[in-house]
Amino acid sequence: MSAPAAPLLEIVDLVRHFPVRNAFGRRVGWLRAVDGVSLAVQPGETLGLVGESGCGKSTLGKTVMGIYTPTAGDIRFAGREIGWLAKRERRAVAKDLQYVYQDPGASLDPRWKVVHLLHEPLKIHTALSRAEREREVLAILAAVGLPDAHLDLYPHELSGGQQRRVGLARILTLRPRLVILDEPTSGLDVSVQASVLKLFRGLQEAFALTYVFISHDLSVVRAICARIAVMYLGKIVELGPTVAVFERPRHPYTHSLLAALPRIGGRRVTQEFALEGEPPNPRDVPSGCRFRTRCPHVQARCAVEEPLLRPLDGRTVACHFA
Amino acid sequence: MSAVWFVVTRLTRDRSALIGLVLIALLVLSAALAPVLATHPDDVFELHPSERLAAPSGAHWLGTDRMGADVYSRLLFGARITILIGIIAVGASLAIGVPIGLVAGYHHGWLSDLLMRVSDIFLAVPQVVLAIAIAQTLGPSLPNVILALSVTYWPWFARVVYAETRALQKEIFVESTAALGASPWRLTVLHVLPNIASPIIVRASIGMGFTILTAAALGFLGLGPPPPTPEWGRTIAESREFLPDAWWYATAPGLAIFLTVMGFNLLGDGLRDVLDPRLRRSRTARDG
Repeated sequence: MSAPAAPLLEIVDLVRHFPVRNAFGRRVGWLRAVDGVSLAVQPGETLGLVGESGCGKSTLGKTVMGIYTPTAGDIRFAGREIGWLAKRERRAVAKDLQYVYQDPGASLDPRWKVVHLLHEPLKIHTALSRAEREREVLAILAAVGLPDAHLDLYPHELSGGQQRRVGLARILTLRPRLVILDEPTSGLDVSVQASVLKLFRGLQEAFALTYVFISHDLSVVRAICARIAVMYLGKIVELGPTVAVFERPRHPYTHSLLAALPRIGGRRVTQEFALEGEPPNPRDVPSGCRFRTRCPHVQARCAVEEPLLRPLDGRTVACHFA
Repeated sequence: MSAVWFVVTRLTRDRSALIGLVLIALLVLSAALAPVLATHPDDVFELHPSERLAAPSGAHWLGTDRMGADVYSRLLFGARITILIGIIAVGASLAIGVPIGLVAGYHHGWLSDLLMRVSDIFLAVPQVVLAIAIAQTLGPSLPNVILALSVTYWPWFARVVYAETRALQKEIFVESTAALGASPWRLTVLHVLPNIASPIIVRASIGMGFTILTAAALGFLGLGPPPPTPEWGRTIAESREFLPDAWWYATAPGLAIFLTVMGFNLLGDGLRDVLDPRLRRSRTARDG
């Protein structure tokens, strides 16, 4: 690990709460999807963001992207605060900061041909002529490994893997600096997964991309991410180099996640670390440590005092007893 | 063009839609070729008191009216007025209702509420009543009829577009296009509008029939274009005192109105089935 340069993306105490309303539209509580997250992403790296579904990792990504406005906290991108920009300025940031959706088929307008979908980002963000756009689109198309003939197709005429490539091509035409990938391998065959992961790596080199890789698939994250952040109920519980975290998880939640990971020739999932039940409802977060209701090592202190992230063993962990 | 051809071929496979298509084709042909098809093209304006109220015959296929004019010829020229009223009124309603629906559907807040409450006020009063009030106030003339119909029909388009836009906003591609940095204008006009074109087209077809029916009602009440315009509604009104002896006098325009409205409704239903089979069940109840 080299000394951290100026981070490309820096999130400080980011909070995104959603109002919970009853049938009459009155607010009856808050859904604390993202509840105070701080992290920094260095240029050129791939940061993995993992956790169970509903832990707030997609909300975190979408808040950084500007799809949701933050409830509190700061988002600094390339040294500039972007969380509180006016809408028009915020849209301009999208040229450098892009989001790849989990379901590529649903994220493409069904009435638009691929060629128009690929031209659109350039039309929005640049003043290039038609011919210049054409050249750019063809170059990107080759980079993601799609034949030119596909330009004339509609999204529903493509396979899942091809749709994903179109989704990637669409944002790469802008030459963004940071790309947030939301569950980019879910719903793909293992063989297609491998080729898509390879594509991500190739593109990262070719276009000098920085990735935030949101996934619940730990084996994929392990394959592609140098650093990993584990989220639980809207907070980061462990953050550090992937190798260290996978080899010696310090937070009991990380431990349980990794223990649940099937491995060929590995030891069986033991009772000790098996995660039981569902995570608590983010509308009703437990006092103190949010993991205490499922933690095998829970003690009295956990209900009273919320553990803060502290440096330990080459990473940061939020647990009193790690 | 291929999309249009696809819709037409699919429509011809459904018997009722085909009937609707044929009826409207007939209407359009009669209107376009009225001077050619009419046996007495000058009778729209000329009077022949000696031949008044003659029964259908070889010379007057559908008889003559109280002025001695050929009913068949006047019917053909009446089709022109009908189409004119339908197209301009529905076109104007689209021009008002679609942008309002898009804006109200896209925005969340007071502007959206304001626009939809205003259209609710229009929808709360039956269209005929409101149109009569407006036409009565402005005075009987063709432009005033069209104006009255446009002012009262746009809320239907606003409603449809609003509901469809709101539903579409939950689609990921709308969110992803916004995340790409697309302006609200680009998003609504280039992405939302093409995706909700089907319900708008269906509503427009049904709206043609409904607008024509209301226009005939206004004409019947003497609020339409003044005589000697061969407007169908007012022709029926004129014929009342000669019933039942001069039965052809009222029957011809009555049937014409009936077939035209039915044609547009059948076509609208057929379009609904072809363009989006999902709508068949959910949206048959509230038409107007």
